Amino acid sequence: MKVNEVPQDPKDFREGDKITKVMYAVGDDGKYTSVNSAGWEPDNFATKQAWDAVDEELAATEQLVRSGQLSPIAYYMQKCLMDVALLAKYAGKWQWQVKRHMKPSGFAKLSDAMLQRYAEIFNISVTALTQFGK
Amino acid sequence: MSTLHFSHSQHAHCESGVTTNLLRHQGINISEPMAFGIGAGIFFAHIPFLKVSGTPGTTFRTWPGAIFKRVTERLHIDIHTQKFSTPEKAMQALDNVLAAGKPAGMLSSVYYLPYLPEAFRFHFNAHNLVVYGKEGNEYLVSDPVVETTTRIAPEDLAKARFAKGTPEPKGFMYYIKSAPSQVQYEKAIQAGIKQTCFFMLSPPLPWFGNKAIGLLAKKITKYPQKLTPRKASLYLGNVIRMQEEIGTGGAGFRFLYAAFLQEAGQLLQRDDLQQYAKELTTIGDDWRNFAYSAARLMKDRKNDLVSFDELGDMLRAVGDKEKQFFHKLQAIKW
Repeated sequence: MKVNEVPQDPKDFREGDKITKVMYAVGDDGKYTSVNSAGWEPDNFATKQAWDAVDEELAATEQLVRSGQLSPIAYYMQKCLMDVALLAKYAGKWQWQVKRHMKPSGFAKLSDAMLQRYAEIFNISVTALTQFGK
Repeated sequence: MSTLHFSHSQHAHCESGVTTNLLRHQGINISEPMAFGIGAGIFFAHIPFLKVSGTPGTTFRTWPGAIFKRVTERLHIDIHTQKFSTPEKAMQALDNVLAAGKPAGMLSSVYYLPYLPEAFRFHFNAHNLVVYGKEGNEYLVSDPVVETTTRIAPEDLAKARFAKGTPEPKGFMYYIKSAPSQVQYEKAIQAGIKQTCFFMLSPPLPWFGNKAIGLLAKKITKYPQKLTPRKASLYLGNVIRMQEEIGTGGAGFRFLYAAFLQEAGQLLQRDDLQQYAKELTTIGDDWRNFAYSAARLMKDRKNDLVSFDELGDMLRAVGDKEKQFFHKLQAIKW
């Protein structure tokens, strides 16, 4: 990659254009030098795609919570970009327990302490957690 | 608490960047490519059954913590590294190091670093940064992928250091205890290159080193049969993102390593290393072309066998070129 080939495609979503990157490229004298880059289109596209997938899945889950098929745990788990395995580690529970908490029936039986722990993991208040979708 | 002067420079890669900044703080004037090369930072692995955020794990660099450890070992610099069982102990230990007037490097998860733009903040747990002081209740941070120094609240830093998932930082912290006034590069460069070639060419398992490029090529060819178009696109996207993991120029660290070979060639006055630097630059351009083609395929939402076959072939060709390249590099007579 030559210095003049260093991509300058701004990552114009979710504040991605707030920082530039350093890349190494070959100058006219054949020597490597570091150059600032605004971003690179293929990477921007792939990252945007990953975020769009998150948004789509989150919207679908929100519907399921509102219609009473899933509990707010499922919604906030996805909002925090987690999956069941990761959330289980944070909660200090088995995956099957977390899965049970993701159902409205399991969620209704959660102790205050457990609700508090989930709220802390999601960085929200207990009220925000219990009132979501109502 | 004392706040020491820390000279921050932005770099391409977090761990070689942190290593460079910490060494420069000790008065050792090293470049980022040199740290990356001596630390044998370049690597490849594709582990289909290890899912990171739902996609198969792919990496173009060595495991976190390795670069700093190897560079300091090879330049005979005395260091301390430590993992912790609880955030309280980890933060206390950090405060003690800062009180002793030393900047500390540490592993973190980018998800919990509020100063980074949201676009970058996934659960990626192998990010390195330096904390060099504390002012009021905030820690002063030198993050090599950011242009200037920044600050972070203790709660956020504790969360970032104790993120769960793959891998888990467990508060991992490292700092330089003492360094010689002069360092010898020649042996360190040789050791770095030898280790890189070994890791690229020797692992007997299909998931690590050069072999894994062929494995990924084979998997990609099968994506249209095995995955929904959406999944296939996300899987491919993840490879591109790892390839361009903050500032590698889209070539999975190949340009950074080429810059190292060039600098080493100048320093040791070896034309062969300079020649290999040029060769690796060409291979890096091939990696970039692969990412371009993959992105085009994703945009067109094509899911036909032919285009995925072509992509697999492209990747296989890059893998074969790299294999020959590292064999030549391994055969160097020192």
